[in-house]
Amino acid sequence: MSDYKNPRSPESSHREVGHREEHGTLERFPDPGMPEHQSRMSDRDPKAAKRAERQVVLLFMVSILGTIASLIFYFAFRPDGTTAGVRTSTLSLGLAMAFALLGIGLGAVHWAKALMSDHEKVDERHAIASDAETRQGAIAELTAGADDANIGRRGVLKGAMISALALFPLTIAVPLVSSVGGDWNVSKLKHTMWEPGTRLAIDPSGRPIKAADVTIGSVVHIIPDVEAAERETHEWITEKSKAIVLLVRLDPRDLKADQSPAGETWSYDGIVAFSKVCTHVGCPVALYEQQTHHLLCPCHQSTFDVADGAKVVFGPAKRPLPQLPITVDDEGYLVAQSDFHEPIGPSFWERLK
Amino acid sequence: MSSNGNAPTTRAGKAADYLDQRTSVGSAVKEFARKVFPDHWSFLLGEIALYSFIILIITGVFLTMFFVPSMALVEYHGPPATMDGQLMSDAFASTLHTSFEVRGGLLMRQIHHWAALIFMAAIVTHMMRVFFTGAFRKPRELNWLVGTLLMILGLLAGFSGYSLPDDVLSGNGLRITDGVVKSIPLIGSYLSYFIFGGEFPGDDIIPRLFTVHIFLIPGLILALVALHLFFVVLHKHTQYPGGGRTDKNVVGYPLFPVYTAKAGGFFFIVFGILALMGATMAINNVWSYGPFDPSPVSAGAQPDWYMLFLEGSLRLMPGGAEFVMWGDWTVSLNVLIPAVVVPGILFTFLFVYPFLEAAVTKDKREHHVLDRPRNVPVRTGLGVAFLTAFIILALAGSNDLIATHFHMSINTITWVFRVLIFVGPWFGFWITKRICLGLQRKDRELVLHGHETGRIVRFANGEYIEVHRPLDEQERWLRVNYSAHTPLEVEPATDSRGVRRKGYAQDKRMQRLSRFFYEDRIEPVTPAELAAAHSHGEHDAIAGGEHVEITSGAAVGGGRDLVEPDAENDGPPRH
Repeated sequence: MSDYKNPRSPESSHREVGHREEHGTLERFPDPGMPEHQSRMSDRDPKAAKRAERQVVLLFMVSILGTIASLIFYFAFRPDGTTAGVRTSTLSLGLAMAFALLGIGLGAVHWAKALMSDHEKVDERHAIASDAETRQGAIAELTAGADDANIGRRGVLKGAMISALALFPLTIAVPLVSSVGGDWNVSKLKHTMWEPGTRLAIDPSGRPIKAADVTIGSVVHIIPDVEAAERETHEWITEKSKAIVLLVRLDPRDLKADQSPAGETWSYDGIVAFSKVCTHVGCPVALYEQQTHHLLCPCHQSTFDVADGAKVVFGPAKRPLPQLPITVDDEGYLVAQSDFHEPIGPSFWERLK
Repeated sequence: MSSNGNAPTTRAGKAADYLDQRTSVGSAVKEFARKVFPDHWSFLLGEIALYSFIILIITGVFLTMFFVPSMALVEYHGPPATMDGQLMSDAFASTLHTSFEVRGGLLMRQIHHWAALIFMAAIVTHMMRVFFTGAFRKPRELNWLVGTLLMILGLLAGFSGYSLPDDVLSGNGLRITDGVVKSIPLIGSYLSYFIFGGEFPGDDIIPRLFTVHIFLIPGLILALVALHLFFVVLHKHTQYPGGGRTDKNVVGYPLFPVYTAKAGGFFFIVFGILALMGATMAINNVWSYGPFDPSPVSAGAQPDWYMLFLEGSLRLMPGGAEFVMWGDWTVSLNVLIPAVVVPGILFTFLFVYPFLEAAVTKDKREHHVLDRPRNVPVRTGLGVAFLTAFIILALAGSNDLIATHFHMSINTITWVFRVLIFVGPWFGFWITKRICLGLQRKDRELVLHGHETGRIVRFANGEYIEVHRPLDEQERWLRVNYSAHTPLEVEPATDSRGVRRKGYAQDKRMQRLSRFFYEDRIEPVTPAELAAAHSHGEHDAIAGGEHVEITSGAAVGGGRDLVEPDAENDGPPRH
């Protein structure tokens, strides 16, 4: 009577009521076996099956139409170089392609779900491990092979082979490593192209800027003044990556401090110039808040106080942005007094060496 | 076939015979054609990952036909008008050419980019499915490692591809990479030179990334995908618990024809949806950012979603962690911790978890029936803690967008996330574990007392009770078919002769960890408990309560757990 004594019977129904004493003898419930199969509409009703078949055919037809539409759109919408033209071409080709693909996909899945047999099958699993006999066989084969080669008794030979294998990658690695890092001169990280007397020029036009052109509260993106032709080389992009500067003119009364050492003046009449490369991981620090004199790095929100020597007031950077010592030349142009006095940009292990 | 005289006559038969005589394909077909796979929507997540990868290869080959992986500077002439006459690299110029002048070029670019995002999303959700259902247990631990490696390779593939157009946005991404690499003690600067062929950005990085993106990483991914699928076939797929599904069998539909149609069709569905996305949703319009220039930067720039956690990690770290040690060497812990240590911890957790759980469970059996997440509360809790950390970091990577969208102070948001990254995972763990235990208790309750039917019955003595309908055996089996692991027992510190035992301290540590995992547990209902519940348990448990004797034929039971009898099998009334 109790199903617990007859665990594998799929027909067994639920009968707790009554015969309770017998239940207590089992530690765990038995597996009730596979649930009863539920037949689908298309199994029971030939009309439904026929309807499903027509739906699948229709979906495959949609795919064919999608492909044809795609070809038509290809000829109909030639990209004319405008954004609108590209949008039309992309949209029409993409939609047609989507229909071509979805027709196939939905058709195949619908076919499988509605028309193919949905009776579940059961496969047996076998232990993943090989059996003891196979393992012994494998060990015997390996032992026989090792004996054939006499590996155990030829220690020197073994050592020589391993050494040779370990050394040969050097034939590739040495030439690669010698050249892969360019000249490997990492001390270049510590210098920029700013030199005493280099004029400050506006980025990106390259026009030198006079102190008189900078009004209080304004902020100017600065690059070193070089020949226009030089600015069209790759070396320039690399140099510019280090040399970019942000120039701000404050009311001299607001300027609490800059980074000038005793006896020197690195700013000029409220004009201060700081490296634009963040001391965190090197993004350009480009967002200036006029009211608070704060410079914000848009990448990770390190915030520097321009009125106070570009000290960090918030965020993941530790060091102030290095200051570029500036002054004016005879013609009133802003010029650098020297290069930065410390490496710009993100910290690295030997930056202070 | 032909050797035994039964020469095939049909064309297909002849072709099969030709092939079989040279490849013995017959035995492979016999072995695999009707191989059974179980069916569940969550098994599709891995398929989506595989199919997006195939789509990435198809669209990627299209793109390589037109992309020029060079940083040589050219003056560009062509659409769009805003870019005409600008100085830019070949890479950027060819990206514009592909987008504006190659028909279907922009479509392919957009499908490629969306497919990359979906690829990573599918991998991550697939890993979540595998983690929460315990599919990584023996014998699949190694395949979990392969999968985790694939996830990391996917990150690298996405990152290297993202940088190829050489636009301002991706250039700044590379610059961040450069800053992170430089923070590595001792070798940082040299590693940066190694990657960029000199100082950042130089003119080597795009061709190098190109090789990495279209050859090295896809090659590795292909090899590991093959290994991953080989393991799936070798182990046979896991299955969800249910009647008739055991660790000794696999229940489902045959590869041919059901999965050939379903999985094959699903590839086209994934491709179709990606085509729809590529057609209608613009992504990475590099011409609105412009070619790389080290100076400009735009606010509110976000990396692709799977990189957000690293970005957020960088944003949260306070700068004070950088210091200069003796000898004037600079140690940028403010970069090293968030960009190297934090992902290191996250990835290490993924790599070691299966082995850790196996060690604290001392479970050597093969598992092919999946766990319901509630039945392993600590694992589920740890998974949620991990996800919480990941999501908080990703949100922190968008703190500027949160600030501008919700008009909040970015400093406040950052501080809230700085606290949340410690509190959030802990809270996530705690609440998830509680919920799991609660759900297990609910399962017990259901098994013992049945479903509430909403039918209220009044007895002659005036008592009202609700009739409960017992679970059918499939419902019950789902709720009782698991084992609640118990914490490890360790041998005493000294043996019978009082000599201190070697390895005791290690055992003790493992036991503590095991207790953390399995101290709180809910055992599944046993047949004895069910029988007891129906004969007296609940009834007697009502302390001091009125003992109602019920002899009604319509409802049998007592107290709150009245059981409705089967219509065809009215049990005898109780007592």
